[in-house]
Order: sequence, then structure tokens, then C-alpha cells
Amino acid sequence: MSMFLHEARLKRQSIFDSLFRNLTRVAAFSVLVLLAAIIGSLVIGSMPAIHAFGFGFLTSTDWDPVNDQFGALVPIVGTLITSFIALLIAIPVSFGIALFLTELSPRVLRRPLGVAIELLAGIPSIIYGMWGLFVFAPLFADHVEPWLNEHIGVLPYIGPFFSGPPMGIGILTASIILAIMVIPFIASVMRDVFDVVPVMLKESAYGLGSTTWEVMLRIVLPYTKVGVAGGIMLGLGRALGETMAVTFVIGNAHELGKSLLNPGNSISSALANEFTEAFGELYTAALIELGLILFFITFVVLSLARYMLYKLGQREGKAA
Amino acid sequence: MIDLYTRRRIANATGLTIAVMAMAFGLFWLCWILWTLLERGLPALTPMVFSQMTPPPGSSGGLLNAIFGSLMMTIGGTAIGTPIGILAGTYLAEFGQRGWLAPITRFINDILLSAPSIVIGLFVYEVYVVHVKHFSGWAGTIALAIIVIPIVIRTTENMLRLVPSTLREAAASLGAPQWKIISFVTLRAARAGIITGVMLAIARISGETAPLLFTALNNQFWSSNMDQPMANLPVVIFQFAMSPYEDWQSLAWAGALLITMSVLTLNILARVLFRQKASTY
Amino acid sequence: MNAENIVKPRVTVRDLNFYYGKAQALNNINLDITEKKVTAFIGPSGCGKSTLLRTFNRMYELYPKQKATGSIVLDGKNILDKNQDLNKLRAKVGMVFQKPTPFPMSIHDNIAFGVKLYQSLNKHDMEERVEWALRKAALWDEVKDKLTQSGMGLSGGQQQRLCIARAIAVKPEVLLLDEPTSALDPISTAHIEKLIDELKEDFTIVIVTHNMQQAARVSDYTAYMYLGDLMEFGDTSTVFTNPKRKETEDYITGRFG
Repeated sequence: MSMFLHEARLKRQSIFDSLFRNLTRVAAFSVLVLLAAIIGSLVIGSMPAIHAFGFGFLTSTDWDPVNDQFGALVPIVGTLITSFIALLIAIPVSFGIALFLTELSPRVLRRPLGVAIELLAGIPSIIYGMWGLFVFAPLFADHVEPWLNEHIGVLPYIGPFFSGPPMGIGILTASIILAIMVIPFIASVMRDVFDVVPVMLKESAYGLGSTTWEVMLRIVLPYTKVGVAGGIMLGLGRALGETMAVTFVIGNAHELGKSLLNPGNSISSALANEFTEAFGELYTAALIELGLILFFITFVVLSLARYMLYKLGQREGKAA
Repeated sequence: MIDLYTRRRIANATGLTIAVMAMAFGLFWLCWILWTLLERGLPALTPMVFSQMTPPPGSSGGLLNAIFGSLMMTIGGTAIGTPIGILAGTYLAEFGQRGWLAPITRFINDILLSAPSIVIGLFVYEVYVVHVKHFSGWAGTIALAIIVIPIVIRTTENMLRLVPSTLREAAASLGAPQWKIISFVTLRAARAGIITGVMLAIARISGETAPLLFTALNNQFWSSNMDQPMANLPVVIFQFAMSPYEDWQSLAWAGALLITMSVLTLNILARVLFRQKASTY
Repeated sequence: MNAENIVKPRVTVRDLNFYYGKAQALNNINLDITEKKVTAFIGPSGCGKSTLLRTFNRMYELYPKQKATGSIVLDGKNILDKNQDLNKLRAKVGMVFQKPTPFPMSIHDNIAFGVKLYQSLNKHDMEERVEWALRKAALWDEVKDKLTQSGMGLSGGQQQRLCIARAIAVKPEVLLLDEPTSALDPISTAHIEKLIDELKEDFTIVIVTHNMQQAARVSDYTAYMYLGDLMEFGDTSTVFTNPKRKETEDYITGRFG
């Protein structure tokens, strides 16, 4: 058995091998560089504002470009409130959708319906914003907001949140559009997470005579709670950073109204609306600092989300 | 007093009804949004849309320069982001068992995957636009590439992990060097999945508006110079929809319909091509 | 297979230990693999027979935390040496796996893939080599008209023979077969077994199998392993008809395992 072994060729291969490995390593490393560069550039860009306002930036409601007075409280609160209300609506709906897709849907419909929900997630956010502005907001102003004013606006305690001029655009509208946007994200994570529950576990519960609802609430949900929480945080991350869907309908007013029907502002919509028109160093720096705050908040939320999903993944690995 | 069994059945029926309603709720918005798009976009989708430039306020025109700009930047962003993403994803899947780099990269990448895209726009503005002192097609392309990279990394890694390790072993048992095993055997075996990921990434960036606002900005005229501000569909839609002019608004609807249809087509094509779900959330 | 065939060891295993992290999987294995014969490793699952096989081409190097100590001598060199070139080693020691592993490329390219790693053949020589390997693997007649089609389109048994053809196209000295028929139907299995019988004219073959009848049918020597120990090793006929140890007999007669 004669065998040609070209020594030079083998040598060359091992050089290629290390070149290739290092090339991929550099590419992987570039992700870390990218993150560092994002944080670094935002910090440097916002330095003038940090120097000028310090921590007061976070607690001030001023937003006065003419006199160079800037505070981030209004957009921060707007971002948090819209995301919070959006989640309030999206969580139960997403749970219902995930439950439907994993346990109830007829087999033939499971895939097309799943794809339909994913398509909802694929629609660009600017479309949601446009649709919100032109279709949803007018209907909301004509039919829902007057009703809210009349019936809930008169109640003690929660009344003030729901009274005000029915303009259609405002915090509440933005929250609802945001909810419609994040529902598909949360629903598809929940569905994937529910799918990791071992079939045998579910079958043994059904075997004891449990109803579908009981299996979901008592078996599937406890088993997957970390993952479900991770999915919700992922949705929260989306909602916090979402720009276009909100910008169209939030009203872009730098004021802290008590009512949810009032226009407001969020970090991302302030950026989208004002950044290219900002004049002066301090104005730009203040906007960049807003971006930095947004990045910080979403970074924390997304880290938590990934940590939770990772925990569930570990458990799945152990069970297998 | 209702007995326990009946109560359980009622709870079950209620819960399941709510689930069905939730599903209907989700589909309801999808249908409504698509219907609106068709209703307002189709009448506005005239041949002029594809043959004329974006008009000045109050007159009629088309979207040709915006469509061209969007295509250029989407292609550019994909062309830059895909190779980096595939290489990094390959590192995570094939070389990532040892060392600190892979776990940290994986974590950071998952965060960048859902980071607010407007911050990416700010970043590119800070490191590029500020230095060249003008908005440009290149800046938009870079911003889109940064959005593509994490998506491609995630799908490449996932798809490579689906390749059975016996295939790697079989190639190794012939004495193939690692770079050949990976580029000719495993990456090829994962090809369909990776292409799916790239298609989903294209779908994602072709609708992105926020990162282009501070980078490519807009251009009312035809420009194929990537070093100049460049028109693009999302930003044109944003400006035209927010304007008080009806001509502009109807062009915005035409653009919205175009974008949504191409995004949905890409999404569906990607799923047909690769029936297994490539998760990119 | 004639009388003048003197027993010549092709591979000599001495004091071989193997570790998965801290867990020891092979204990002090000593064994000679005879040239141009079929040696079978049998034993219950988890006994270390596949692990032993995979030390012969150092396949374990793909995974972190696995290591082997001792010596495995092939052509006068200890292949466990640090400076042993792995690619060179694997050119000499081919391997076929439990499940068929056709590469995602055409039938022709599957075979050519390994050959190209070591030799620059012109088009004509390459075609000859591909045909030679496919004929050796008794697959030529079934695929000669569709060499440009994907190897993944073949049946399971054909895929496995394609993998055998791919392994022998490199002209290795030793051929490792890791349960090569466990994923195949009985007819394909019979094909492969017949093939093994023909291949031992050219190659030294080591086969891992969980099927004792298969070991009895195809092998000249049999090693029985249990919990990482080599319990018994000898002529297949002796091991099966007159085992020295009680444990071997229990396993072979089906009382255990």
C-alpha cells in the first residue's frame, strides 16, 4: 500500500488551520469591541451634559433647548410607563396564545398559526406606528377615550389617570400599540419555553385526570417559570427600546401629565424627533445621554432575561 | 354549592376560552394592519412610484430614489455583516468549548440582538458621521451591518450545533484539517439554516427606521453616491406620514405596503426554505 | 487466508489508560491487532469498546478533557506521542461510524474529499480512484450513473457503503468500524458483512459490535471488554466456544448484558 504524504502540504494545512481559527476568534472578539465602543462613544458624547447637570439630569423635568436646561425625567418616566402598561396587556394575551399554540390548536393549524404570530413580529415597527397614527388613534379618540372619560374618569383614585381631552394620541395609545408589537415576541418565547416541558410530565398529569387548564397552571407554568419570566423580560427589552411605533402616537410633549390620555414622550421618540434638529453642543449631549440611559436600562433588563432563559436551558439539559 | 368536579370543568372551559380569544386577538391585529396596508397602499401604488423621485411638498412623485437607496444600504449592510457574523458564529460553535471568549461573546451577542436599534444609530453617528461631518449612505450601511451581525451569529451558531458531531468526526477521521472540516463539511451541512438566518436579518433591516435617521438621513434627489445623504424607504415613510400633505401621505402608504410585503415575503420564503424554526428573537 | 500467514501484529497496545475528565474509562489495556485480519471488540454498552477504538485514530482529541496514556504502536511509532501529526495518523487509520455520515456533497466529491487531502491527482486518475473505491465497497454498480448526485439521497445501507468507500479511497492501513451496521436493516447488514470479509485482504480491520453473532461471523479475533477492562482476548472460535473466563461465557450465552 503506497501512500503519498506531502509533508509540505500538511505543514500548509496546519498554518491554514491556525489562520482560520484566529480569523473566527477575531470576528467573535469584535462583538465585545462593538459593545465597548457603543458604551464608550455614548459616554464620551454625553460628557458635556453629564458635566453640566450631574445626577440632577435624572430627576429634572426641564427640557428647554433655548435656555440650555435639560432633564431626563419626562422621557424616562414615559418610557417606563408605556412599557409597563404594554406588558400588562401583552403578558396575559401572550400566555393565552402560547397556551393555544402548544395545547389547544388542531395539529394542522398549529404551524400556520405559529407562523402568523411570527409574521406579526416581523412587521417593521414603523408600520405599527403609521397604522396607530392614521387608523387606531382616531378610532380610539372617537369611541374609547370619551367612554373612559365618562365611566372611569369619574372614579376615585384611578379616575384622574383616565380623564383628559380625547385626542387619540398620548401615553395610553402608545402603550397599546407597543403591546400589540411585543405580544408576538413574548408569545413565541413562551411557546418555545412550553415546548421544553417533557411530554411525560404532562402525560402523567393528564393521566391523573387533570384538565388542560390545570396542566398548564400547575405543571407547565411552574416548570417553565424562569423561562417565562425571561421571555417577558425580553419583551420588556423590546418595548423599552422601541422607537418608531411609539414616536408616531405618543405626542412628543415634554410634560409630565397625570392622565394617561395626555401626550408625553419617551427616550427613543425624543431622540427620533429631536436629534437631527438639535442645535448646540449641550442639546446634542443631553440627547446622547438619554440614549446612554436607554442603553443602560435595556442592558440590565436584557441581561436578566438572558440569565433566566439560560437557567431554564440548564435545567432542560439536566432533565435530558 | 357546585361540586368540585363541575368547578374544575368550569375553570377549564373559562381558561381555554380565554386562550382561544387571545389567539383571535393576536390574529385580529395582524389582519387589521394588513387590511389597512392593502386598502391605503394599493391605490397609491402607481407605476409612478417606481419611476419618479420623491416629490417636494404638495406635488406628486414617486419613491424611486428611496427604493434604490434602501436596496443599496440593505445589500451593503448584509454584505458587511454576514461574513463577520458567520465567522464569529463559527467560532462560538466550533472552537468555543474552551476559554472565556465564547461564553462572554455569546452573552453580549444575545444582548446586542435585542438592543434598541436607535442606540446603534446614535453610535454610528458618534463614531462616523461626526468625524466625516455629514450624513451618508455608508453610515446607514454600517448601522444596518451592526444590526445584521448578532442575528447571523446567533443563527450560525445554532445551525452548526444541529450538525451531528459524527459528521465532524467522519471528516476528521479522514485526516482533514479543521478549517476544511468546517468550511467544506459542517458549514455546508448547516447551509440552509444559515441562509434562512441571513434572510431573516435582511427582513429585519429592510424595515429599520430608527438607525437610519441619524446616519443616512434622507435625500430628496437621486443619489447613488454612498458618501452622500441617501434616501431610503423607512425614513421617507416617516417624514411623509408625519407631514400634512395628502400626496406625501399616500406615497408613505405605498412605501409602507412595499416594505411590509417584501419583509413578509422574505420571512415566509425563509421558513419555506428551512422548515425548522430559526429563532432570532 | 492461507497457512503460511504468520501472525504479525500491526498495532500493539500497551498499558493503555483512558480518562473522560477524572473518570477512568479504560484500565491498562494490552492487545495486539493482527495485520489483515478482522479483530472484533464486544461487550455490554459502556464497557469501553468504542472508547478503545477511538484511541487508534485519536478521535478523542476533538473533545476537551479526554486523554489517553500508555502506548499504541503503529509502524514502530507510538501514535499517542504528542508530536504525532494527527492528520498523518488519520490518513493511515480510516474510520466508519455507527450512523452513515455522507458529507453534504455529491457522491463523487464525498470520495474525492479525503483523497484530495493527500494527493493531487489529475481528473482522470481521480475518477479511477473513485471508481476503485466504490467497486471495493461494492457500490459502483448502484451509483455509477449518479456520481454527481448528493450522497444524502442514497439509502441507509448505500450511504454506509459510501462511507466505507470514502474511508478506503485514502488507502489507509487500518480500518476502524464503529458498530457499522447498527443503524441498518438485515439485508444491508449482510452486504456490509460480506464486504468486511473481502476488505480484509487489503486492510487490517477493527470492528466494534454489540451483536455477538456478527462478531462470530466476521472476525478472526475477539476481545471481550467489561467496565473498561479487557477480560478476554483470543481467536474468535476459542472465545466463543471455549471461553477462559466465566464472565465471558455468561455474556456470550446471553445470561448477562
